Amino acid sequence: MLAYIIRRVFQSVLVLLIVGLIAFSMFRFVGDPVENMLGQERTIEDVERLRDNLGLNDPFPMQYWNFLSNALQGDFGMSYRQGRPVAEILMERAPATLELAAVSGLFAIVFGIGFGVLTAIRRDGVLANLVMTVSLIGVSLPTFLIGILLIYVFSVELNWLPSFGRGEVTQIGGWSTGFLTESGLKALILPAITLGLYQMTLIMRLVRSEMLEVLRQDYIRFARARGLSERAVNFRHALKNTLVPVITVTGLQLGSIIAFAIITETVFQWPGVGLLFINAVQFVDIPVMAAYLMLISVMFVGINLIVDLLYVAIDPRLRSDHSARGH
Amino acid sequence: MMAQAQSVADRLRGLGGGKSKGAVETSSLTPPVLALRDLVVEIPTRHGVLRPVDGVSYDIHAGEILGVVGESGAGKSMAGNAVIGLLDRPARVASGRIRLNGERIEGVSPKKMRPLRGKKIAMVFQDPLTSLNPLLPIGDQLSETILAHLPVSKREARARALAALEEVGIPAAAERLDSYPHEFSGGMRQRVVIALALCAEPDLLIADEPTTALDVSVQAQIIALLKRLCRERGMAVMLVTHDMGVIAEAADRVAVMYAGRLAELGPVAEVLRAPRHPYTHGLMGATPLAAKGQARLNQIPGAMPRLDALPQGCAFHPRCPKAGPACSFSAPTPMRMSADHSASCHFPMMPEPEAAPL
Repeated sequence: MLAYIIRRVFQSVLVLLIVGLIAFSMFRFVGDPVENMLGQERTIEDVERLRDNLGLNDPFPMQYWNFLSNALQGDFGMSYRQGRPVAEILMERAPATLELAAVSGLFAIVFGIGFGVLTAIRRDGVLANLVMTVSLIGVSLPTFLIGILLIYVFSVELNWLPSFGRGEVTQIGGWSTGFLTESGLKALILPAITLGLYQMTLIMRLVRSEMLEVLRQDYIRFARARGLSERAVNFRHALKNTLVPVITVTGLQLGSIIAFAIITETVFQWPGVGLLFINAVQFVDIPVMAAYLMLISVMFVGINLIVDLLYVAIDPRLRSDHSARGH
Repeated sequence: MMAQAQSVADRLRGLGGGKSKGAVETSSLTPPVLALRDLVVEIPTRHGVLRPVDGVSYDIHAGEILGVVGESGAGKSMAGNAVIGLLDRPARVASGRIRLNGERIEGVSPKKMRPLRGKKIAMVFQDPLTSLNPLLPIGDQLSETILAHLPVSKREARARALAALEEVGIPAAAERLDSYPHEFSGGMRQRVVIALALCAEPDLLIADEPTTALDVSVQAQIIALLKRLCRERGMAVMLVTHDMGVIAEAADRVAVMYAGRLAELGPVAEVLRAPRHPYTHGLMGATPLAAKGQARLNQIPGAMPRLDALPQGCAFHPRCPKAGPACSFSAPTPMRMSADHSASCHFPMMPEPEAAPL
């Protein structure tokens, strides 16, 4: 078990090193930062001095090492556009994205599993068929269109919910949260649904098909034959057995919720890292782009690590296999 | 293979002519645990209605094992599923009676059926590898079944779970309560499955091919276990199998099914020794144990017809060596051969006089 965890952590570190290399090489291959930083009136000496100061004359592995060790200490360099430390900018923006991702992830999981179980158990029910039909819309409409539709209905026509921004935020330490004010919570609803809808339908359809598969298994029949209640059969026996594949996909999807918050943040002018990234791309603000890439990959890798550990927690067969190999 | 056939033949010989105990004595006093009367199971399909079980009647008494034998598709499992109310849609009980301890249970609502399952009627399936939930320790699966049926505390349920495992012969049962199914061998898993089926002390056990997926040496152990539990608890057992060896070994009486109908019903020694239905006779000729030293096994020509292409009259007549003109238009009804032996045949086999000292 411990050996398994250590191996997975080691693999995660390897992935992050490779992503770091890609992020770092952006500096070298996407334009010359020196050209961007110095104006028209530069001299050869200026260029050389700046190159020396920035460490650009060091050998490549040395530069990579510096980049990594700085990044580990939370130093991603200065934003070309804003002239402020990238880490500081990210810290300002990250709470907005993380709160949005958390709420829409929760929305996707709760409703995805709920509807998935419902449509599997009541396969011929009216409600189940309705949910299945509506879910087709969820998978086939692009995110930005769903966002615009929601804005049109709930902000423009009904005027119930704000169409952009985070509402009022409260500062707690370095973290700005929208959870504590009414306007902050209201502002969360539409972006969270927009961002989570696709994942929700995906999880729902996956839970449904897995559940239908599991409900055919002998142990479900045997559980019924023993006179267990429908609830015990459906949830204790069937749902738990659908969870391993569901967790895999859900984990990946949560990663992409954070990564692809970009579109939703653009539609709703949500002041998160996604919007920051879009702006950074427009202005070729490479330090910001590189830091964003690193941040997202850390989250992806972290979520995947958690997913792998969850498997083991759920499925005892994996547990004994790994302990057999590990000891 | 040869050795196995030999040993089964030995067992058959050991059965002798004596009556199986428990079967008949109790019948006059108490109603049978299970009584089927003209049970018909239908499956509506696009091409018409199929009848996997067509007018089957038999009783099973307390402390008795009824072997239900036949080829796959003969409707043996379907009858068991109908009894426990677990027919897969769209199959349904179309007519006939199912009585459990004298009370009708066919067509009752799922709400009334659920408390009977596990508590009154239990079922064991063919494959012990897939019958257990892989994610729950077996102790939990036992406790939850006990708690579903008996008014006991969690601690008491766990104590009973332990007792149930000990009863089916799991070594070091106390340490294995928290083991997961994959940590057991096939035979041990079938023991766990049996413990699960019996932990709420049902009156009737339907064992659907309980030994088919197991090694031969383990098969005998499981059969012995079922026999012991049946005798000790006075439980009625419906033992569904296609294996004549298992029938000879375990059953008190045997019901032979063919194409959804009952071909022959009677005490196992009598039916195996002197089958009256040509199909049973053919089955015995095709089984190593009864092939009395023949060099080759006899085959029954042809195959059992599909349910959507049943011939008129007796379903067996196209394959039957004794078929006469009547067989192709009139379906035979069960005819009494002796006190508790019946066969559905217009031209039943006559017992061979020299067959007595087998």
